[in-house]
Amino acid sequence: MIWLDTIIQGILLGGLYALFAAGLSLVFGIMRLVNLAHGDLIVLAAYVILLAVSLGGLHPFVAVLVAAPLMFGVGWALQRFVLNRVIGKDILPPLLVTFGLSVVIQNALQEGFSADSQRIPAGPLETASINLGPVTVGVMPLLTFISAVGVILTLQWLFYRTALGRAFRATSDDPVTASLMGIRPDAIFAKATGIAMVVVTIAALYLGTRSNFDPTIGPARLIYAFEAVIIGGLGSLWGTLAGGVIIGVAQTLGAAINPQWQILAGHVAFLIVLLVRPRGLFPRHVD
Amino acid sequence: MAHPENPTLLQTAGLTAHYGDFQALFGVDIRVAAGETIAIIGANGAGKTTLLRAISGVLRSAPGMVTFDGQNIGHLPADRITPLGIAMVPEGRKLFASLSVEENLLIGAHARKTAGPWNLETVYALFPVLRERRSQPGTALSGGQQQMVAIGRALMSNPRLLLCDEISLGLAPVVIRDIYAAMPLIRQGGASVVIVEQDIGQALKVADRVYCMMEGRVTLEGTPDSLSREAIHDAYFGAHA
Repeated sequence: MIWLDTIIQGILLGGLYALFAAGLSLVFGIMRLVNLAHGDLIVLAAYVILLAVSLGGLHPFVAVLVAAPLMFGVGWALQRFVLNRVIGKDILPPLLVTFGLSVVIQNALQEGFSADSQRIPAGPLETASINLGPVTVGVMPLLTFISAVGVILTLQWLFYRTALGRAFRATSDDPVTASLMGIRPDAIFAKATGIAMVVVTIAALYLGTRSNFDPTIGPARLIYAFEAVIIGGLGSLWGTLAGGVIIGVAQTLGAAINPQWQILAGHVAFLIVLLVRPRGLFPRHVD
Repeated sequence: MAHPENPTLLQTAGLTAHYGDFQALFGVDIRVAAGETIAIIGANGAGKTTLLRAISGVLRSAPGMVTFDGQNIGHLPADRITPLGIAMVPEGRKLFASLSVEENLLIGAHARKTAGPWNLETVYALFPVLRERRSQPGTALSGGQQQMVAIGRALMSNPRLLLCDEISLGLAPVVIRDIYAAMPLIRQGGASVVIVEQDIGQALKVADRVYCMMEGRVTLEGTPDSLSREAIHDAYFGAHA
């Protein structure tokens, strides 16, 4: 049963990567913006949760409810006052600006919280596990995966069943014609980045409770997120979940064969998928 | 039929417009009365589309160059003009590719949910073929059907002024006739209409008044029956050389 167990652990780990990637996928899908500071924003959100836990004495799952609206505001303001000024036909300016932002966030966090590694304490939940027939799974990994599916379902509903989602898709198709419908692209983009930062906060909860983090780990998490988004097909939310699961399973299988191969196996899986399906598994029909 | 004596709904005064260093409009003055349908005709590059883009706010101008219902709107962006009651059927239809036919219609009412004659039901009654294809992607339809979606999308906001840019472009004559057959019903809804056309015959049939444009200026104005073919020809191509 070791293989079954390994694969299930890999799928659950994939949920974490999908959470890292969902916000990235959302922002890219709507405004073709690649946010290189995404990983650092996850780390920033983890520190916000940590503050709410340590200063406010809140349980991490409650602290998320405090951090999420704050991070929505951060995302909204970031898009409204910075990123909206640089998005356009040329993809280079937003890359440079978000790269700079990544450096700024890392250094600001080091100033504020030092380079010591931290962890968000989640009490007995950290070690709790449940038996599911032949395998035993940790409660936290299971919650992570359930949250990832929940986030994707919610985003999917928002995109395809609400007036806001309709406006998102229309603006993504053609901002000028969208403005003729009375939609303000700037405001739509700001809301989208705000929502992406709410997803980032949920990702940060699991990042911070499941492992140690410090101000500089953002870019390493960003790589997994990118790989998940690209494997899944740019802009596809279910594809992003599938991409996360593929990387997660590859990593746990690699680690089961040889612990040194964990990270490598994930990257190799990414490259193999790219070789076979250069546009990812579920590319958007309209581009 | 004609209501030129009605109160003015839209007026442009010395309207100029530029694309970078290129000036496309040189002081255009037009007036649209409430309930009136006017046609703007002219050759390619005469500035007709630019005029509609300036009215709808896609191109910005000085505040007083465009007034709508007595309010200066020349400086406003499109997303603030649409809620006032101006809707545009853009050249080339510009349906949203990732939205279904019905979603394309619904988004027309995104920013202006005003009670009026137009809603999903009445738009489907106007163009019954759209009801059958409501869940398909807008871009999967034929050119004529796409044009119906674009018109329906604009109507969904129950506009007081409807701007139609080249709605016959690239369509078969029989399809053009179908689409223009909807015009009387649209007028009955109470909206003023500005039609930009290269197809002069079609434009003269539905319009109360006609403006002819050439090289960014209005060269002729009048009611269809007061304008001779020769006068239109001169205004269209320039006076006899």
